[in-house]
Amino acid sequence: MSDNFIEIRDLSFTYGQRMVLKGINLTAHRGQVIAIMGNSGCGKTTLLRLMGGALKPSSGNLLVDGIDMGLLDQDGLYQLRRRMGMLFQFGALFTDMSVFENVAFQLREHTDLPEEMIRDLVFMKLNAVGLRGAHDLMPSELSGGMARRVALARSIALDPMLILYDEPFAGLDPISLGVTGNLIRRLTDTLGMTSIVVTHDVQESLKMVDYVYFVSEGVIEAQGTPAEIKASHLPYVHQFVHGEENGPVPFHYPASSYAEDLGLPA
Amino acid sequence: MQRATIDLWVGIFVVAGIVAILFLALKVGNLGGYDSSETYAVKASFDNIGGLKARAPVKSAGVVVGRVAEIGFDPKTYEATVTLSLNTHYPFPKDTSASIMTSGLLGEQYIALDAGGSEKMLANGDALKITQGAVVLENLIGQFLYNKSDSAAEKGNAAE
Amino acid sequence: MMDTLLESVRGIGRRTVDRVWRMGVAAHFFLLVLLHSGTSFRRFHLIVREIFTAGVLSLIIILVSGLFVGMVLGLQGYETLQTYGSEEALGVLVSLSLVRELGPVVAALLFASRAGSAITAEIGLMKATEQIAAMEMMAVDPIARVIAPRFWGAVISMPLLAALFSAMGVLGGYLVGVVLIGVDEGSFWSQMQAAVDFKEDILNGVIKSVVFGIAVTIIALFEGYDAPPTAEGVSRATTRTVVTSSLAILGLDFVLTAFMFRGV
Repeated sequence: MSDNFIEIRDLSFTYGQRMVLKGINLTAHRGQVIAIMGNSGCGKTTLLRLMGGALKPSSGNLLVDGIDMGLLDQDGLYQLRRRMGMLFQFGALFTDMSVFENVAFQLREHTDLPEEMIRDLVFMKLNAVGLRGAHDLMPSELSGGMARRVALARSIALDPMLILYDEPFAGLDPISLGVTGNLIRRLTDTLGMTSIVVTHDVQESLKMVDYVYFVSEGVIEAQGTPAEIKASHLPYVHQFVHGEENGPVPFHYPASSYAEDLGLPA
Repeated sequence: MQRATIDLWVGIFVVAGIVAILFLALKVGNLGGYDSSETYAVKASFDNIGGLKARAPVKSAGVVVGRVAEIGFDPKTYEATVTLSLNTHYPFPKDTSASIMTSGLLGEQYIALDAGGSEKMLANGDALKITQGAVVLENLIGQFLYNKSDSAAEKGNAAE
Repeated sequence: MMDTLLESVRGIGRRTVDRVWRMGVAAHFFLLVLLHSGTSFRRFHLIVREIFTAGVLSLIIILVSGLFVGMVLGLQGYETLQTYGSEEALGVLVSLSLVRELGPVVAALLFASRAGSAITAEIGLMKATEQIAAMEMMAVDPIARVIAPRFWGAVISMPLLAALFSAMGVLGGYLVGVVLIGVDEGSFWSQMQAAVDFKEDILNGVIKSVVFGIAVTIIALFEGYDAPPTAEGVSRATTRTVVTSSLAILGLDFVLTAFMFRGV
């Protein structure tokens, strides 16, 4: 078996008339944390949804653990998803269940484990994210960072091989941000799984990932290790990493001449 | 909320709902005073049943003693065959007569039983021999008009 | 001139096609719910939970409204019947109106605005906060886990609520007619029992409420599941649930009444 847990070859995706992704090539090894970065609307979330099987590629191949996602039927997809976890942008915790029940959800749905064992497993997962003491709380009583950590505990409940993170750092204060980043790294290392992080938080993710893909306008603009990315002189990467206002991504939305809009004589 | 509390409330709700249906069936509806296991069926033929409906009451001396179970049509005799189910507590003689009456001026129609003098009692499946159909208002008016015109004609004849 | 005419005709056509297409999608959704109901019956506590949210939480409004509707019927019925000198028929009037029509219809209308809107808002929010997507990613079918239990919980609750509404209404009519106004108690009940048939009236009323329950719940679930995942989308869907299901209840009521009570 190859070491490439995820392998994407010449993948394209069209949504209606619009080509969202064109000719993407991407690989992720076991035990790696991969970041997919890019400005808003560049297609990186679409890429993540393709990996999760929520969308089917229009052309090209997407292999997860050697299985072609494009060819799976509903049952096959659900079978594969049991070995996948996904962390949604704001956690997507079930609001009508307590923290404990949220983490126990998959164990109850997919296994026939006795109650004591479920209890032990849930406490183990909650302990891993440091929230064992919060098992009684309802999602509405949690802060944004805590909700994200509970969701992380929930997505590792069945010890998945792959976790997909959709903007895990969005809307977090600096402390929670650091905590979440470290957790992703630590869980990936201890559980030996593969993590794909979609984010636009450059500084935090460059600290913890193994490899970075930059997506812009549906193509991979640049890739490399964090050190390579930091040293990169590609205009797009440079603009992105340093957060400059002007560069290949313009500040102004394409418009007609300013003077014309103001009604000034040319 | 705890599952035990939810279970309790749902239990109360379901029991209350079933009690409500039973209340409707027994207290509001006619299921209470009507027990099909304790009835016997008697047939009666009428030349005209008027507006009689299935489940109409069967009364004797004004007391409800049963109900109309079924209304059919006999293509041989061109008569209506009405099956009555009578309460077993009320046995009637063989020569009992049945007639279709109206309660009040515009009320619903019912079957009135008039007990005869026979020694033998009606059994399940027996037929009533003496019947009196419904009075049809149109016939009554027709008769009335006919009599009128007759008498008018007689008067005319007398005048000539 | 010709263009605007053509455009408006085209508009009608487009709207018609949209509506029919949406109804098709809703029918497909209904079928999916039925097909995925197995899980919820194997794990009945999921349904019990939904009977609680749909049924028990609607109890107060149903009981109070039933009582008041019955009391109003008693009052108005007495006024009208009195003119014809047949006050004893008050029981018949109250019970038949409730059991045949008002019980199933008004209870379903209240249910649509109390439980139906809540179902739509809940499902819509679950979708907006990606809970539905999260469930799919955890290889749990949301139709089987979220939609089907809510469907059966509400469908089981509806006839019970309608029966409670009718029973409370009869009690309300009794309170006003017999206790307050002084209609003869014996003839109130006996005329009622003579006129109300179990199969013809009560059972048909129960059948009506089951049909209404299915219609309201499927509309509420579908609107929620189909709502755009935004605050505006969910609030619009909630309004649409109440409007559509109220119209559906009244329309279905006419059709069912035409079949059930035609000339008998």
